[in-house]
Amino acid sequence: MANGHQASGVVAQRLAPEEIAANFSDLHAPLAPHEAAVAADRCYFCYDAPCVTACPTDIDIPMFIRQIQTGHPEAAAKTIFDQNILGGMCARVCPTETLCEQSCVRETAEGNPVEIGRLQRYATDQLMAAEVHPFSRAAATGKTVAVVGAGPAGLSCAHRLAMLGHDVTVFDARPKAGGLNEYGIAAYKSTEDFAAKEVEWLLKIGGITLEAGKSLGAELTLAALQADYDAVFLSIGLAGVNALRLAQEEMPGVLDAVAFIAELRQAEDKGALPVGRNVVVIGGGMTAIDVAVQAKLLGAENVTIAYRRDRAAMPASRFEQDLAASHGVKLMFNVMPTAILGDGAVTGIELEYTRIHDGRVTGTGEKLTLAADQIFKAIGQTLEGVPEGLAIVGGKLAVTGPGRTSLDGVWAGGDCASGGEDLTVTAVAEGRDAAMDIHSTLTSC
Amino acid sequence: MADLTTEFLGIKSPNPFWLASAPPTDKEYNVRRAYEAGWGGVVWKTLGAEGPPVVNVNGPRYGAIYGADRRLLGLNNIELITDRPLQTNLEEITRVKKDYPDRALIVSIMVPCDEESWKAILPMVEATGADGIELNFGCPHGMAERGMGSAVGQVPEYITMVTEWCKQYYSKPVIVKLTPNITDIRRPAQAAFAGNADAVSLINTINSITSVNLDMMSPEPMIDGKGTHGGYCGPAVKPIALNMVAEIARDPVTHGKPISAIGGITTWRDAAEFMVMGAGNVQVCTAAMTYGFRVVQEMISGLSQWMDEKGYTSTADFIGAAVPNVVDWKDLNLNYISKAKIDQDACIKCGRCYAACEDTSHQAIWMKEDRVFEVNDAECVACNLCVDVCPIEGCITMERVAPGQVDLRTGKVVEEEYANWTMHPNNPMAVQAAE
Ligand SMILES: Cc1cc2nc3c(=O)[nH]c(=O)nc-3n(C[C@H](O)[C@H](O)[C@H](O)COP(=O)(O)OP(=O)(O)OC[C@H]3O[C@@H](n4cnc5c(N)ncnc54)[C@H](O)[C@@H]3O)c2cc1C
Ligand SMILES: Cc1cc2nc3c(=O)[nH]c(=O)nc-3n(C[C@H](O)[C@H](O)[C@H](O)COP(=O)(O)O)c2cc1C
Ligand code: SF4
Repeated sequence: MANGHQASGVVAQRLAPEEIAANFSDLHAPLAPHEAAVAADRCYFCYDAPCVTACPTDIDIPMFIRQIQTGHPEAAAKTIFDQNILGGMCARVCPTETLCEQSCVRETAEGNPVEIGRLQRYATDQLMAAEVHPFSRAAATGKTVAVVGAGPAGLSCAHRLAMLGHDVTVFDARPKAGGLNEYGIAAYKSTEDFAAKEVEWLLKIGGITLEAGKSLGAELTLAALQADYDAVFLSIGLAGVNALRLAQEEMPGVLDAVAFIAELRQAEDKGALPVGRNVVVIGGGMTAIDVAVQAKLLGAENVTIAYRRDRAAMPASRFEQDLAASHGVKLMFNVMPTAILGDGAVTGIELEYTRIHDGRVTGTGEKLTLAADQIFKAIGQTLEGVPEGLAIVGGKLAVTGPGRTSLDGVWAGGDCASGGEDLTVTAVAEGRDAAMDIHSTLTSC
Repeated sequence: MADLTTEFLGIKSPNPFWLASAPPTDKEYNVRRAYEAGWGGVVWKTLGAEGPPVVNVNGPRYGAIYGADRRLLGLNNIELITDRPLQTNLEEITRVKKDYPDRALIVSIMVPCDEESWKAILPMVEATGADGIELNFGCPHGMAERGMGSAVGQVPEYITMVTEWCKQYYSKPVIVKLTPNITDIRRPAQAAFAGNADAVSLINTINSITSVNLDMMSPEPMIDGKGTHGGYCGPAVKPIALNMVAEIARDPVTHGKPISAIGGITTWRDAAEFMVMGAGNVQVCTAAMTYGFRVVQEMISGLSQWMDEKGYTSTADFIGAAVPNVVDWKDLNLNYISKAKIDQDACIKCGRCYAACEDTSHQAIWMKEDRVFEVNDAECVACNLCVDVCPIEGCITMERVAPGQVDLRTGKVVEEEYANWTMHPNNPMAVQAAE
């Protein structure tokens, strides 16, 4: 018997296995062929299409949609992969409501954009289901590149370099490749082990050696990599997390949201993950939304997101906010945590109302208390494990142009590098562009 | 609600919507249900001569062309005339006509092109009590190979000859159904009226191959690896039918003669367009085959609403109203000058007008910063392509340049007076006439 929503404390197996399975199924169901045809027919094939401009990887969206229209979804997928080798994952995780679909002229016209994300998934699914890899490698150049971090930035960079004929070694601290695709993205966005399957499919290009369990700063040093390889690409993401800086932050029940999600993503049996009856999430980004929704899906009774600014300032898009609300998550704005309550285990949290003064958050003095047996910190990740000698700007590796760091022969991209939003698709674009720059550097003498 | 009662050749029906001769009218069961659904009349599926009936293929007989969301835009068929015994059809026609005296019932006929055959069938049809006959000179496949259908409709002399026989051996109205598979529709129409036809109906289907199966290398519909050309109908053929109706309506020889219009009529608006173009009533096939008999209700309510809005009290009020405005190209006013204008508030910035004009027309649209699209009056020739490709209705309009103003493209002042090609200095004939 499942324990149910009302079981007090932090408990596992709140819901029956069938409920868990249903809760963590696809957020957006894949399109059936006729649905895809209807959706594709809505595209106007715009001139210099705004959606392409809005896509960080510049996928030729009108063209791939037209290829779906004319009955060639695999060719459509090729058009997508030409620009974005992780087009399958991006189709699932991109906040299209703030990217391509936001700029779709039908959004302007009717408030109802062409379903670009779902069409992209339709095309890429078809090609990937055929289990063929659509690219082949150019003649070997004899050059070698080390990529550190096997997240979307690293994988995208490695694939492009391998395609251009270079030999690539990808190192990652974790046992599995994929980065946050594997450990971070919400479980209902990447179902059926898609992240792992995508990595396997990507590696079919050949020329990429994966070295898991190797950390820069432990097994690896930048100096050694520079000595052993012709170029180095750093894509180590943001491995650290911000702290609340409150007393009792170490108390059981106060958790780092990213770590919890990683555990959930790796769990054989999601129901086995203990979740509170009363859950409070501190933060306002995608991570806050994801942890809140997933806590709900695991059977938490009350889940509240406490964000210190107003709704308009919330980094999570309106779509994400509504997604959380539709799952029964309560969104609170203009509140900040001031104390963690409990003795040995969390029992509640004290929040203070805020107002914004010159862009700064200040407390109003008015407070409230929420019951909580689990508190998730989702207030941002930080760069960690940066080797000596690399310039830093705004807490990230300083890069110019296509990912050039302050050191010759060292490039960086993705979340760890300056510039661009922290999104999967941005990481893919930066990895690809750095690869092109590495290629031209290595092949021009 | 306007009264839609329409009299055509003295035959009264509660509305001008008839079902064309085709599968929807192939038997008593269908026709009774069509009348119950509201159809004003039917033209019974074409009857052949007495004796063993024709046989149809046993594989697929239709091919299709689709628009968005698999909307059927064009249908093509290789069906023949009725494959049921003549006597069965005649008995059914007699019964149905008796039960529905207020609805029109026309019998379509196709028999070999000799006097004996027509002389034999006409009295039998007359005995049913039906209101008239329609001569099927249009079927472009199968029957044409046997010297009937469009094989007759393509030879004006045959049309006159057979029509004369019918007028001789049959006392009620004779409608001649024309094939569009000819060069000039006016010739067969003239021939029909020369034979004293009471009316012409058009169009029958257009010779066509809808698609090719690229695996089997065969036209569709494919039967055992082979296909044949069939007759095309449905929304896609409407513009062709509309032009042919207009040609007959404005031809001095046939002007004012009764026409029953057919071809792609799907909505009340299509029907109204054919009627203002000179048709006394309309016939429908594909729309009924696509959506069922119920569609007639939309046609009825739509046409009467439009009539109410326009103040028409009878269909006779507007039949032929647009015919005087169908002219030759040479009669169009060359001093009427307009320019495309883009409503910036309505524009959704898709850039389709730009691609169309820049790549394929007159480079008359500017793409400015922030995807602002504007017409350059100095280049616009008013071709209308931008209007046609714009996905937003009413966003781009054609605005007349008022007489007295300068046309920025030519630098000339727009003249008030009407002037056409026959008067234009570039026309060698005009120069000659002036001399
Ligand atoms: C919970 C959560 C949900 C998200 N949801 C979305 C979403 O829905 N849509 C979206 O577009 N984006 C989302 N993002 C953001 C997105 O996941 C990241 O922007 C993206 O993964 C960045 O890619 P990356 O390759 O730069 O870094 P990561 O994906 O973080 O990959 C970095 C890799 O480097 C490895 N690494 C780190 N340090 C070292 C070291 N010292 N030595 C060796 N290897 C190291 C890590 O193990 C990891 O595999 C989400 C992020 C989080 C945290
Ligand atoms: C399957 C099919 C069979 C037809 N059979 C006949 C026929 O027996 N006699 C005839 O005069 N026209 C026949 N037609 C032509 C229709 O009566 C009509 O002229 C043509 O379909 C155009 O009208 P629409 O666009 O409304 O379908 C047939 C059409 C179809 C689709
Ligand atoms: S009317 Fe023709 S020439 Fe004028 S702007 Fe439109 S497409 Fe260009």
